[in-house]
Amino acid sequence: MYKASDLKKGLKIELDGEPHIIFGFEFSKPGKGQAIYKCRLRNMITGTQFDRSYRSGDSFKPAALEERDMQYLYNDGTFYTFMDVKTYDQINMTETQVGDAKDYLLDNLDVQILMWGEKPIGLTLPNFINVRVVKTEPAARGDTATNVTKPVTIQTGYTLQGPSFIEEGELIQVDTRTGEYVTRVKG
Amino acid sequence: MTCFNASLAAKREALVTRARIVQSIRAFFVGGGFLEVETPVLIPAPAPEVNIDAPRSGGGYLQTSPELAMKRLLAAGYGNVFQLCRCFRSEERGRRHLPEFAMLEWYRSNADYNALMTDARGLLNHVATELGLDESVEVFGRKIALAQPWEELTVEEAFERYAGMSAGEAIEKGVFDLLMVERVEPNLGLSSPCILRDYPAPLASLARLKPGNPKVGERFELYLNGLELANGYSELTDPDEQRARFTDEILARRAAGKEVYPMPERFLAELPAMPPAAGIALGLDRLVMIFTGACSIDEVVAFTPEEL
Repeated sequence: MYKASDLKKGLKIELDGEPHIIFGFEFSKPGKGQAIYKCRLRNMITGTQFDRSYRSGDSFKPAALEERDMQYLYNDGTFYTFMDVKTYDQINMTETQVGDAKDYLLDNLDVQILMWGEKPIGLTLPNFINVRVVKTEPAARGDTATNVTKPVTIQTGYTLQGPSFIEEGELIQVDTRTGEYVTRVKG
Repeated sequence: MTCFNASLAAKREALVTRARIVQSIRAFFVGGGFLEVETPVLIPAPAPEVNIDAPRSGGGYLQTSPELAMKRLLAAGYGNVFQLCRCFRSEERGRRHLPEFAMLEWYRSNADYNALMTDARGLLNHVATELGLDESVEVFGRKIALAQPWEELTVEEAFERYAGMSAGEAIEKGVFDLLMVERVEPNLGLSSPCILRDYPAPLASLARLKPGNPKVGERFELYLNGLELANGYSELTDPDEQRARFTDEILARRAAGKEVYPMPERFLAELPAMPPAAGIALGLDRLVMIFTGACSIDEVVAFTPEEL
């Protein structure tokens, strides 16, 4: 169990039977008084946000969350399917649950799925992925002063800005945290 | 890979201002006839308080305040004294708190808490002038005028106005501190500094009770934009009353499963020699925050504990 003095930004606790994350935190102690721990909380399943203040003496149940190593298999238009690399169990997540990560999901990509019991509630991508460019204008010859970047579409269907020398079929590295081009990759 | 600590270097402006503030504080008190004193940081018996924990060190404790030693100086005839020192309070860390912080305390013999309020006003205006500020400071982004009349209200008035229940009721329900933090403090000192005075007796255990109104203690706090800056009292001089109050705090600590501190016997033995007096503790780091517009205490100290 966590004590009130353990509360801090990023801590995950169970409230009303659901996992919550503290995304804002303020320690207060009115002169000679008890410590008051003000938290901004987000329900990790519903996304609801709210404020709550706690006192020293309050205690908290850690949220029993587990990160599982999984691989992305495919999506059928409704669900995105992942496979646990150890047990071969499959779980499904909706497009809403997957969120922006859908722009970076390559076949067999190794990801981490945050599990609340048997329920997937979050997805962590690797920071960098190597992807193939499937569509872009041919590399500009000469005139590089005006054509510094151009739209580049990668195999997931996501389009980003890339340098003008990139050709279709090339492999590039993309930062999944920012959605930006990093570098060309040999291969 | 560079060895140069860029974030430490970036604190220079704040730390230079801090040094100027400290010099100006000294000038104010020395000019006002106060003697600067130094008392030990490592002590055998902290003043027992249920909500303040002193870290252990060697065979004793690191002081949470120099109060007991300062009052012993008053009892030995030292008149008006002040001290700038390190204080320690376990598990206090946040945007306005450090477990080790800088304190300014000053004490007047033959005076009451009203004199301290006048001192505080004089001190803040003196420092502002020394720093060349135009009589207002920025506290968490809000402009606070120092030279205009200061706001003043009692704890009872503040609770009635902002808390939705009386202070007495809040104490009974155990929600006084919660309401202070959530409803009262955010409304104090929004355009000029605010003096919140006359705390209910149970919350003013080191203060003299108000002559004619024993429900209230002569304690006040100074706030600027909800930031608590100082805590002052007309001091309790009756040793039996003081021993009884210390005992209450020790029992409350024991009931809360906290470490029990020894009764400060030497202090109690000398207390009868102390003249009527008033004393105040002011957070020096927070004073620097006010005069530099800092949004976090981390910005005004050379090293936070995490940076060591």
